[in-house]
Amino acid sequence: MKLSSPMDVWKYLPGTNCRECGEKTCLAFASLLLDRKRSLNECPLLSDPKYADKGKKLQELLAPEVREVKIGVGDNARVIGGEDVLHRHELTFFNRTALIYDVWDTMDEDDLRNRVRGIADWRKFYVGEFLKLDGIAIRAISGDPQQYRACVKSVSEETDLPLVLCSFDPEMLEVGLKEVSDRNPLLYAANESNWRELLGIAKQYRVPVTLSSADLDMLTRLALTFSQAGLEDLVLDPVTYPTGEGLKGAFERFIKLRRAAISDGNRAIAYPLLAVPMTAWMVHDDALYASYWEAMMACLFIIRYADIMIMHSIEPHALITERTLVDNIYTDPRRPVSVEPGIREIGNPNPESPLFVTTNFALTYYTVESDIASNKIDSYLMVVDTEGLGVEAAVAGGQLTADMIKDTLETYEADKRVKHKTMVIPGLAARISGETEDVTGWTVLVGPRDSGRIPGWMEDNWPPEKAAGNI
Amino acid sequence: MPKELSLTEIMEILEEYKVVTLEDVTIEGDVEIELGTAISPVMIQALLQQLQSAKELREKELELVDARFEVSKAEWNGKIEEVTIGATAADGGTRSNTVTIGGEKALPFYNFDNPMPNPPVISVDCFDMPIPLAKAVRVHYQDVMEDPGEWAKKNVREFGADMVTIHLISTDPMIKDTPAREAAKTVEEVLQAVKVPIVIGGSGNPDKDPVVLEAAAEAAAGERCLIASANLNMDYERIAKAAKANGHVVLSWTQLDINAQKTLNRYLFKLGTPREDIVIDPTTAALGYGLDYAFTNIERMRISALKGDSDLAFPISCGVTNAWGAREAWMKNSPIKEDSDWGPAAYRGPLYEIITGLTLAIAGGDMFMMMHPEASAAVKKITQTLFGAITEGDNLNAEDWVTWKA
Repeated sequence: MKLSSPMDVWKYLPGTNCRECGEKTCLAFASLLLDRKRSLNECPLLSDPKYADKGKKLQELLAPEVREVKIGVGDNARVIGGEDVLHRHELTFFNRTALIYDVWDTMDEDDLRNRVRGIADWRKFYVGEFLKLDGIAIRAISGDPQQYRACVKSVSEETDLPLVLCSFDPEMLEVGLKEVSDRNPLLYAANESNWRELLGIAKQYRVPVTLSSADLDMLTRLALTFSQAGLEDLVLDPVTYPTGEGLKGAFERFIKLRRAAISDGNRAIAYPLLAVPMTAWMVHDDALYASYWEAMMACLFIIRYADIMIMHSIEPHALITERTLVDNIYTDPRRPVSVEPGIREIGNPNPESPLFVTTNFALTYYTVESDIASNKIDSYLMVVDTEGLGVEAAVAGGQLTADMIKDTLETYEADKRVKHKTMVIPGLAARISGETEDVTGWTVLVGPRDSGRIPGWMEDNWPPEKAAGNI
Repeated sequence: MPKELSLTEIMEILEEYKVVTLEDVTIEGDVEIELGTAISPVMIQALLQQLQSAKELREKELELVDARFEVSKAEWNGKIEEVTIGATAADGGTRSNTVTIGGEKALPFYNFDNPMPNPPVISVDCFDMPIPLAKAVRVHYQDVMEDPGEWAKKNVREFGADMVTIHLISTDPMIKDTPAREAAKTVEEVLQAVKVPIVIGGSGNPDKDPVVLEAAAEAAAGERCLIASANLNMDYERIAKAAKANGHVVLSWTQLDINAQKTLNRYLFKLGTPREDIVIDPTTAALGYGLDYAFTNIERMRISALKGDSDLAFPISCGVTNAWGAREAWMKNSPIKEDSDWGPAAYRGPLYEIITGLTLAIAGGDMFMMMHPEASAAVKKITQTLFGAITEGDNLNAEDWVTWKA
């Protein structure tokens, strides 16, 4: 976006402080607009003819450097692109990389439907929410339009996820499109030889289209040609080679395209970028190694600027790492690192319930909290202010000490919550257990090294008499 | 026979050519066109054909807009120090080769801004006692865990390590409290066993490490080892002095805190540690467990350094073995009941290590302390590729992935 301070934004707002948007002042609203936490249509006055000109101008100035493109429809639709910075610490990245997994039209019908369901139903709990995958790429490899159409039909019956129709043959894409023209699928792809037909199809069906070329001059020409024909829902594929100079070159093309869009204000190529890590499968025969190489390519392009990527492996190890990395890179770095210290109630604890000790690093806290809650263990969770560090780092760095635990026990009056004067410290903090007993006068039990093992640990160690009996 | 036109197509053509009404033509049902008397079927057919060929002609005339892609070059003022670890006989050591890291004048692998002078290197960990390891890692080391020398050898011979890190973890008073003198002997053993440059790591105990690392530095005098590490909550002065007196490089370690890193580095400058004798470790967190902080912390440090902040202009070491702390790397099943199946832990663990390492390589890491042999080999291969050392590619047609058969 072209504006950098709340005052710059404020100049274009009505300045009446009418509070219709819910903020106390126009300046407060301006600041949230800048952070993209609120949107312009939440200011009702801007639709007034009196302010319409300013509103329109502001809309332009607030537009992200990279155009946003929507794929799919309804709740599952994904918006990609819309980025404003080259490095996440400069603000944040906004629309996480869409992870799309492939199917193909020569698959057996049952295999096809199972694979689609596997992709659509996949989930992994992470920091308070379930991570999911973003869509299905349907590859035309049979060469038979009717077979491709049948495949597209089966996939669309099986899932509402966004779809990418993949072929360089315009006839194939059009026949597939007829089946899902109401689903706003992404077309892959127009290139130097088929672009006229693809331009016609994209225009007729009003769907987003990918432009593909490893030659950035050609890619620019394609993008300009399509946009001058009135097509703005474009995605650029600078071609992802899997090895050697090819991969090195691909990595550099992604960086050059995004730098040109964001630093140089080059509007001609300011569109979302598409990577194809699945090319790894064309060069590696060993399936495990191919899935590793594909995940490594995904890693390169999640970090360096792919907004959507197409992959092949749906093995759990690949999905967990790829999707977690997307979350890590796209997490808003302005989000606090730590949670408030204190004593939290999990479930319905009573004075006989265990008191677990953890740190105030948000990730640690949410992991422990979900492990205890998901296994329905009524308990207290005491959060020590470790300056946002996790257990291992805080023990090594002196932020989780016997004295800190004592202070927290006293400040939050732990002795009024539980009668047993027993605490369970993380296994990774075992080395401070003795000192903590000395300093606090409480009994200290050393819990498991991973909170995922608390349920099993409870069976052997709680109530404390059980642990004593074991000794 | 003329091409059949659908109703939509006819309407589009008419619309495109601004034909507002077709007199005496009524349209019924699907695409039935009933013609009135004023216009004959032959005439409308001819008209439509004419319109269609005009449309085709126009599309053929549509040519690609002429343009070129242009992009700016990043201009940085700063340069990362180039640091050499290890000393050969020519420099008073006994290493067969040295390893040089750093020297960048651009972000990692941005060779089009400025060629990267040195590729990232891998140092494979070994320990001075058997330690608990995830099963997927343990299987590779269980035959050498009792013998640090053999362990170090295996890292080099079988796993292609550029360097070896010996962690003197048994010196921790809470573990075995091995005396510094004995730890120094272990270091000598490792130096005998391998000829690559080595990293000497303490136990992480802030009271004991200065004593242990001082003794180790003396035992390894002249070998230009990397001493790991000096940090703010210990007697870093003693470590810095021992490193300087014995010709070693110091690893300056802080915990995800850019200001603390600047502070510690400035203390080292004051103690007379030469700039070419400093490597920094801003802390590695595992994928899913703080990797976002570690990534951004390193990326920010590297960008600040390139912008001219000389306090931060040092090669960066990453403790990638930390990735095994993520439970996804080693736990058999998910503790969360609603999760999809996690698959075999043996496949997840190495990939967690790989992705943690590679992510930090893109952020600015120069040196990676790793453990799983396949993980270190994979990170090495892909970073060498981006660096430009692996030029042979597979001769592929870029479009073929669409029709690739599994």
